[in-house]
Amino acid sequence: MLNEWLFIGIIFVLAPIFPIAALLIPQIIAPRKPDPLKNQTYECGIETVGESWVQFKAQYYIFALIFLVFDVELVFLFPWAVAYHQLPLFAVIEGILFILVLVAGLVYAWRKGALEWI
Amino acid sequence: MGDPVILVAKWLEQLLAGWGLSASQVNVVMTFIGVLVLAVFVLLLDIFMVWVERKVVARFQDRFGPNRLGPFGLIQPIADVIKLLIKENITPAGADRVVFNLAPIMALATVIMLWAVIPLSPTVFGSDVNVGVLYVVAIGAISTLGIIMAGWASNNKYALLGAFRAVAQVISYEVPMVISLMVPVILARTMGINSIVQAQSVWYIVMAPIAALIFLLSAIAELGRAPFDLPEGESEIVAGFHIEYTGMKFGMFYAGELLHALTMGGLFASLFLGGWRGPGAEAYPILGIIYFFIKAFFIYWVIAWVKYSLPRVRIDQMLNLNWKVLTPLALSVLIVTALLDKLLAGAPIVVYVLSLLAANLAILLTTSRLLRRYARSGRQRVAQPAPIATPERAVAISPKQNASA
Amino acid sequence: MTAMPILFTLVAALTLGAALLVVTTRNLVHAALWLVLALFGVAVFFVLLSAGFLAVAQVVIYIGAIAVLMIFAIMLTRRIARDAGPQVNPNWGWALLITALFFGGLVWMVFQWPGALATQPELNPALDTVQELGKALVSPGAYLIPFEVASVLLLAALIGAIMIAWERK
Repeated sequence: MLNEWLFIGIIFVLAPIFPIAALLIPQIIAPRKPDPLKNQTYECGIETVGESWVQFKAQYYIFALIFLVFDVELVFLFPWAVAYHQLPLFAVIEGILFILVLVAGLVYAWRKGALEWI
Repeated sequence: MGDPVILVAKWLEQLLAGWGLSASQVNVVMTFIGVLVLAVFVLLLDIFMVWVERKVVARFQDRFGPNRLGPFGLIQPIADVIKLLIKENITPAGADRVVFNLAPIMALATVIMLWAVIPLSPTVFGSDVNVGVLYVVAIGAISTLGIIMAGWASNNKYALLGAFRAVAQVISYEVPMVISLMVPVILARTMGINSIVQAQSVWYIVMAPIAALIFLLSAIAELGRAPFDLPEGESEIVAGFHIEYTGMKFGMFYAGELLHALTMGGLFASLFLGGWRGPGAEAYPILGIIYFFIKAFFIYWVIAWVKYSLPRVRIDQMLNLNWKVLTPLALSVLIVTALLDKLLAGAPIVVYVLSLLAANLAILLTTSRLLRRYARSGRQRVAQPAPIATPERAVAISPKQNASA
Repeated sequence: MTAMPILFTLVAALTLGAALLVVTTRNLVHAALWLVLALFGVAVFFVLLSAGFLAVAQVVIYIGAIAVLMIFAIMLTRRIARDAGPQVNPNWGWALLITALFFGGLVWMVFQWPGALATQPELNPALDTVQELGKALVSPGAYLIPFEVASVLLLAALIGAIMIAWERK
């Protein structure tokens, strides 16, 4: 078990090193001439107006909320799917019941119009 | 054995043990070397992918693509890399430097991490961890964070908008993707990806074609490739979350996206096309690597085909497709697969496979009927005569309404 | 396994340091990113405890969903990201005392449990922990009721969230 995770642990440490190395090389060989005009943010060609901190639609938040609920339910279902072949029919019905409750949530969000992008 | 990779590994192990290392130390060093070899291989593959992508798009657009440097232009990507390395890195004014530099690193590193669980052959695989499928989802979650970091740290309105669109899209499509991933898990009775490949005496695309289709669509959406490339819609938000990145930092996003596309191809091949399975792969594992990459590149080519053939969808269409089509479809496929698997537990394999296929086709037929009806009502709604600007109408509009418009 | 205590100490220091920075940093987005690091540290703890499923669930749910939700919430608000007010109020001494007492109580409670210092037997490597978890979740003798209640609870959470955030009238 831990042996399997050893590989993943090492790849988590090693994987960022390659991009970091690739980003360090330009630090040495690339020219660096910062200029206030050059460093301006690029927004479709004209000078940027106001703060970049624009306010967002609440709709993004709603989708993140719906996603969170679905995510939690689906993670619960994975152990059920793995143990599936050892389960009696009763347990299978329970799992399907669980999914149907999930569907009820989806139907509610749909009927309420929370899935519309307005 | 007939397996050079294992032979080299065995020789190295004996060499290390000869130096007086204990068994667990040898294990750690061997794993370290394994990760190093895998990561270097994947990165070389990534450089090769630049050439593949450019050639593929060129052929789709009836061009030649790079053909000057080296045979078939094979050295072109090396020249690209050198060009990116000697370009100046511009950090926009007001950017959050640390987060700004961290985001491209995460973009590429997360894709390399995905390869830890993808089996290349019966003997060459990083880790058959028993939560492999969820590990893929977890890494996807971390790369989402990289997108937000890039968009926020750039101090650019368009970058932030692009990042928000990207994240809304990725998290939405993660729902059908996770559900479709559950279908192979039910069929194979395990979450380890190598175990799933081993369980596929019949490719799962035969037993679960809808789940495969949903996985492919959500993978394209997660990649942010056309027709789901709203996060970088050029005409609206310039380039999305990586608008302010220059030189090698942009290169990281580019390389990450290309490699991610191939990785999704590899995942699809492992989960639905039997991964390294093929004639003689059990006896000669080195053949498995070849089979795996043929399948992975085929799916990559399908993704590219879709990308260069279809126009971009609107954001409401993208979300409607996800929440109102793919998610209910995936849930119904999951329920049907689960029930059939239980009911046909003792049945012969042919009956089992054929009834799953028949059920999938029936669902597909019903869905296409429903979609056609929905599309017809949509067409009727759009075809309603819209108010056309005529002189009579212009009088009817009050000045107040004009101001608010 | 002499490497395990070292690894544990490193990860614990990282997690606690990140958690400390969550409350001390003034930039809200930075605070959210430090929180992600702290949550990731917890996932590593789960791996060290051979609970691989909990580790990936931690990353999928806490980093993939909750942290993203928090960052969305921060972005929805305007200009409170760079808060300039004081970070403590005059009662911080009392808060520290009560927190320390609670922590001491928790430590005391854990040591009351006889299994706290005993070395746990190694898990049977042939045992698939995820499979056992799956069986436990749906068997009537174990966690069937919590499993089904959880789905209803999540449904209620979804309905509540839509009611509060979506209802405009």
